[in-house]
Amino acid sequence: MPSAIEFSHVTRRFGDITAVDDLTLEVPEGSITVLLGPNGAGKTTTVRLATGALGSDKGAIRVLGLDPQTDGDEVRARCAVVPPKPALYDNLTGWENLKFSADIFAADHAAIRPAAERFGIEHALDLNVGGYSTGMRTRLALARAVLHDPEVLLLDEPTAGLDPESARAVLNLIRELAGRGRTIVLCTHLLHEAEGVADQVVLMGAGHARIVGSQDDLADRFVTNPAVIIDAEDRSSLTRLNEHRDVVSAEWNGAIHVRLAHLDRLPDLVADLVGSGVRITRVEPDNPTLETLYFEMQRSLREES
Amino acid sequence: MRWDRMLTVARIDLRRLFKSKDYWIPMGFLASVFFIGLPFLLLTIVTSTTSSDLVNKIGEVLQTLPGPVQDNVVGTTPEARGAYMLAVYLLAPVAIVVPLTISSAVGAHAIVGERERGTGEFLAHSPLTEREIFMGKMLASLVPGFLATAVGFAVYSLLVNIKVGPLIGGWFFPTAGWWILIVWVVPPFIALALSVILWVSSKVRSTAAAQQAATLVSLPVIFAAYGVSSGLLINPVLAAFGIGLVAWVLAILGLITGSRALSRESLLGFGGDG
Repeated sequence: MPSAIEFSHVTRRFGDITAVDDLTLEVPEGSITVLLGPNGAGKTTTVRLATGALGSDKGAIRVLGLDPQTDGDEVRARCAVVPPKPALYDNLTGWENLKFSADIFAADHAAIRPAAERFGIEHALDLNVGGYSTGMRTRLALARAVLHDPEVLLLDEPTAGLDPESARAVLNLIRELAGRGRTIVLCTHLLHEAEGVADQVVLMGAGHARIVGSQDDLADRFVTNPAVIIDAEDRSSLTRLNEHRDVVSAEWNGAIHVRLAHLDRLPDLVADLVGSGVRITRVEPDNPTLETLYFEMQRSLREES
Repeated sequence: MRWDRMLTVARIDLRRLFKSKDYWIPMGFLASVFFIGLPFLLLTIVTSTTSSDLVNKIGEVLQTLPGPVQDNVVGTTPEARGAYMLAVYLLAPVAIVVPLTISSAVGAHAIVGERERGTGEFLAHSPLTEREIFMGKMLASLVPGFLATAVGFAVYSLLVNIKVGPLIGGWFFPTAGWWILIVWVVPPFIALALSVILWVSSKVRSTAAAQQAATLVSLPVIFAAYGVSSGLLINPVLAAFGIGLVAWVLAILGLITGSRALSRESLLGFGGDG
């Protein structure tokens, strides 16, 4: 699959601080890439470099086959950015904010109302944005971002401080645009929001892309012991699971989360439990969450260093 | 540069300005005071005075003016000649000071305000070029000043003709010198000052700093404007065309230099005075 965004050994400094350090990264066309990392990891600078809002000190960047520094106007016309703060004009109405964006991005004014309806903000279009709640502002910023049907959507911490309904609107937008072949880059340090949506996960730290892969690949690489969830009619009958030869660990967390030495030992474990009179009600894979992966990756990096 | 996009930037800024009563009410008050209140008060005093001391003093002032200027002063009585001098010559700098103040108040936070609100991020990621943004901001800052000039000039003309006209035999204002001042001299002076103010606005980090810098920039321009308008007394046509031409050249140079000062990084809050 061709790349929508390519960073090749890109460095960007601000005085003595290196925000992005020799970053090499590829975002395939039509994919959802999640940039994870703590504050200061370089995620926002990466987004700004991608649109050419910032220039790089070293390295090469291509977005949709173009160089954002020399063809920035075209790159920006085909991209959209939703920044952490929605960047709206408070003393203008929602309609006026959207119209301004439509005029700049050469979008049809007829697209304004459907975009607002899509994010449930159409009832407030005639109100000044200064009176909007945080969630309404973010939804208006999302409506603004999709007005010109961008090929690449860069979302920088879009769900920070949002109510669940607005956060879901963001995730639905991501899935819907990806379904239409658009390329999405989502920067976040809220791991649960990226859960299950990412085709590619990039763990950033100190301006580098430290680990890159799909969630399944990363699970294979960084979670060494497979896990299952086991439950029984009488949970007290599972208290001695830790003593079983095939079990690495067993923890109570709503149900029993069991780490096995190998997944192929699961049938033996179940047979032993049934044989000892345990009435099992649930056995299912316990796939690592992105949060689990994140901390496993961080631990792995610490051990390497 | 795409003119439609530049006009979009200007239009949205003007729209925001129009909805900001905190801005236009004080500015309207300022324009009213200088174009209406102050001239009305002074002209009323001069035209209705019965004090022989005041009349004598006006006569003495008239005697100090250069010969060609004295020849241009119309009126048969000291009161009429004093009122004419006041209306045509002494209040001319107001025509520059008021619009300049109004425009520089807008221009001072035009760019740094985008940063402070966070809306600079939106502009930085937009397909607008830096020049389109700068020129849009410039236009949005010029329009209120020009509008104040046009409206103030019209009202001032009416006021002067009503107050002084009967004393000198009919309506006489605006004179040729005032037309040239308003149409040819005021616009480049405002543009020149604004190009510097916007340059400053793109460099500093806060609106307060931009306003302080704007005041410093405005002062010499106001003094220059005062000198220019006084120079117009001597030979309106030659002085106005010459000075206006120089001001236009400087304004164009200022626009070119100023538009280069704006960068996407400055819209995001990087660079500047630290």
